[in-house]
Amino acid sequence: MVTLGHYLIVSGMLFTIGFAGVLLRRNIIIIFMSLELMLNAANLSLVAFSRFQVGANGGPNYNAQVFVFFIITVAAAEVAVGLAIIVALYRARQTTHVEDINTLKF
Amino acid sequence: MSPFLFWFFAFLMLAFGAAVILNRNPIASALSLVICFMGLSALFMSLDAFFIGIIQVLVYAGAVMVLFLFIIMLLDLRVEQMRKINLFVVGGGGVVALAFFLQIYFVIRQLSIARLPFPPLRATKVDDVHSIGSLLFTHYNLPFQIIGVLVLVATIGVVVLSKRELR
Repeated sequence: MVTLGHYLIVSGMLFTIGFAGVLLRRNIIIIFMSLELMLNAANLSLVAFSRFQVGANGGPNYNAQVFVFFIITVAAAEVAVGLAIIVALYRARQTTHVEDINTLKF
Repeated sequence: MSPFLFWFFAFLMLAFGAAVILNRNPIASALSLVICFMGLSALFMSLDAFFIGIIQVLVYAGAVMVLFLFIIMLLDLRVEQMRKINLFVVGGGGVVALAFFLQIYFVIRQLSIARLPFPPLRATKVDDVHSIGSLLFTHYNLPFQIIGVLVLVATIGVVVLSKRELR
């Protein structure tokens, strides 16, 4: 039987994969994709808790799903801004390797 | 949802999530991320969150990943050249990530409600688009408008970032 704990563990594993990607990879685009993985891991646990608590009308608790909707919207805006920053950085420095981008002012 | 489908999609999601950070080719990483989000969307639908599952596919697998692939191809990134791997940094990062996961695992194992199965829904049909929409326009109206302003600011910010001449 699939319990709430299974979904939470899977969500924790996905978050850990994203966390490890941020720590281990040096390509700034891969780091950005790992951030997306972490956001989606949080969404999975929110939806699992939403299904776990059956609301007054007999359906899942929709407050958590509205929250997930907001997270997806913010994540989409964040991707647009972040990729624009990466393109500007690439035009200035011709690299996406984070160890080459370690000065604050150039 | 049957346990087989849960394990299948969870394994698919985790395997392709790991492929995202293990691939050296950024395009392969981006395509693995698409499969990972498809598995995640199936898990959302297994939790009766059909609307969230569908916008996960539309927004992430559709819009966001196309944007990623577009930028990767615009920057003409090839397979990154092998740099000397600092074993100390890689080992340290792995240990930190593993410790983080163990922490999550032991917290969830102590949680008593985590061992309970999901209660059955009493509603005869799931009308989640209707319910989320009415919540969004009544109870969460102010956050919804703030999100609209945020998206507008992000749009303007992207235009400004792209237009500015960099020396």
